Amino acid sequence: MRVIVFVKATEDSEQGAMPSAELIEAMGRYNEELINAGVMVGGDGLKPSAEGKRIAFDGASRTVIDGPFAETRELVAGFWIWEVKDMDEALAWAKRCPNPMPGPSELELRPVVSMDDFAENMTPEGAEIHARNEQRLAGE
Amino acid sequence: MAAGETHRTIEAVFRIERARLLAGLARFTHDVDRAEELAQDALLAALTDWPESGVPHNPGAWLMAVAKRRAIDARRRQSMLERKHAEMARELDDANHAPIEVLEAAMDDDLGDELLGLIFTACHPAVYPHARAALTLRLVGGLTTAEIARAFLSREPTIAQRIVRAKKAIGDAGLTFEVPRGRERAARLASVLEVIYLIFNEGYAATAGEDLVRPALCAEAQRLGRILAGLMPDEPEVLGLLSLMELQASRLSARSGPDGAFVPLTEQNRARWDQLLIRRGLAALDRAEALGGAGRYALQAALAACHARARAAQDTDWRRIAALYDRLREVAPSPVVDLNRAVACSMAYGPEVGLRLIDEISGLAALRNYAPLPAAKGDFLFRAGRLPEAKHQFEIAAGLTRNARERAFLLARMEACT
Repeated sequence: MRVIVFVKATEDSEQGAMPSAELIEAMGRYNEELINAGVMVGGDGLKPSAEGKRIAFDGASRTVIDGPFAETRELVAGFWIWEVKDMDEALAWAKRCPNPMPGPSELELRPVVSMDDFAENMTPEGAEIHARNEQRLAGE
Repeated sequence: MAAGETHRTIEAVFRIERARLLAGLARFTHDVDRAEELAQDALLAALTDWPESGVPHNPGAWLMAVAKRRAIDARRRQSMLERKHAEMARELDDANHAPIEVLEAAMDDDLGDELLGLIFTACHPAVYPHARAALTLRLVGGLTTAEIARAFLSREPTIAQRIVRAKKAIGDAGLTFEVPRGRERAARLASVLEVIYLIFNEGYAATAGEDLVRPALCAEAQRLGRILAGLMPDEPEVLGLLSLMELQASRLSARSGPDGAFVPLTEQNRARWDQLLIRRGLAALDRAEALGGAGRYALQAALAACHARARAAQDTDWRRIAALYDRLREVAPSPVVDLNRAVACSMAYGPEVGLRLIDEISGLAALRNYAPLPAAKGDFLFRAGRLPEAKHQFEIAAGLTRNARERAFLLARMEACT
């Protein structure tokens, strides 16, 4: 199963604080371990929300909101994509992560909806729309 | 934390460590069965200690230390016994007499190297390929015998037998769980790659049964491939195989329709291809080619990449694919490659060319009763407008395939010929 692991933002990450040399090294070793176990398939760090944008939808209106965003604890500072057998394994790996922040911090593990989950809810009409979209994307 | 949950946590940690633990213990004892027993002992110790003490900072080292201490204690008891029975001791191997200091020094071995040694041993050519696959899934993948049996649609006793025989073959061959060096290494690596790809294909091609694909087996092979690529980052064929598996797996969910029916490559909804796996596959292929990769796996990955890069089926570069098959025939000649080449050429140069090429190989014994051959021929005839002949070929193919989904697909093509 595929799991996305979010590194939640903190005051430090939102201020763009650079991780210490020790943390960079420890994180490098941790990533190496994940790669060598065949678990990590992707991941990146994110810039502070000050450099981000939001788009608010309400009926027909679309409003662009510039960062930074207030609710720091709900923001994301980085993510990994892992492939694991189950959530127990994902948790066991997550616990091994060096604390990604200087102070208290949080990881959030979220299983990815697989294409197969999607297929179960696919109506013939839905399938047709997707097929049409795909043809248009391909410029047919 | 509830006891059940604590146990699950410990078992998850153990699963992560298991392959490396077994690898170290197999190198230490030169005995897979003993290594498995010791690893099991270490798990039991963890289940006793960790609920009180918490999971140690380095659980892998903890488990290894416990298991090796037990191995050493057992040897101490054995050597005391041996002193009492000196005549028996003389019959034992020198290895069993190694002083404790030597055994302890061996504990500092490089763990990555040990895991690689375990993989090379489980995939030793002395063992029959399907038995190699079963043993590798057991030792490196950590699957139970029941899980392996389900994956291969076999009965549990059959798989258990296979594993026993594989272990015996390893014991008989006197393998030491080392990574082979020099000239032997290339041949042994080929055997490792063969096993991983066999596991992948068993999931991807699902030669028998109701399900078209068994994604869990593919995932297991991909994980093995990723581990191997981590351990051997400069081997072009390791990267080639990894790339091939990532690219093929990117199409897994598009290969079957909502009703489970088989969907051929050219008709798949490419929006459902897994772009993350495609990126990973193309990146691994780039590394393989930069290292001079032109072996059978790198070439097959290059073939898969041609499809991955085409946004729509009609954008497929069939001429490049046909040219790659020409190269693959040189490196890995096989009737199946010739058949695929005929398909590629039919797409690049027309069904008549495909028919001419397929006629050259259709008499080969290796392709007798091989469903893809009449299926391809039926397709060429269909595209050439020769419908009654096409229908006949699809009928033959449907009668030959053992996969229910594939049969339904072929019967539908047969119907379309009238």
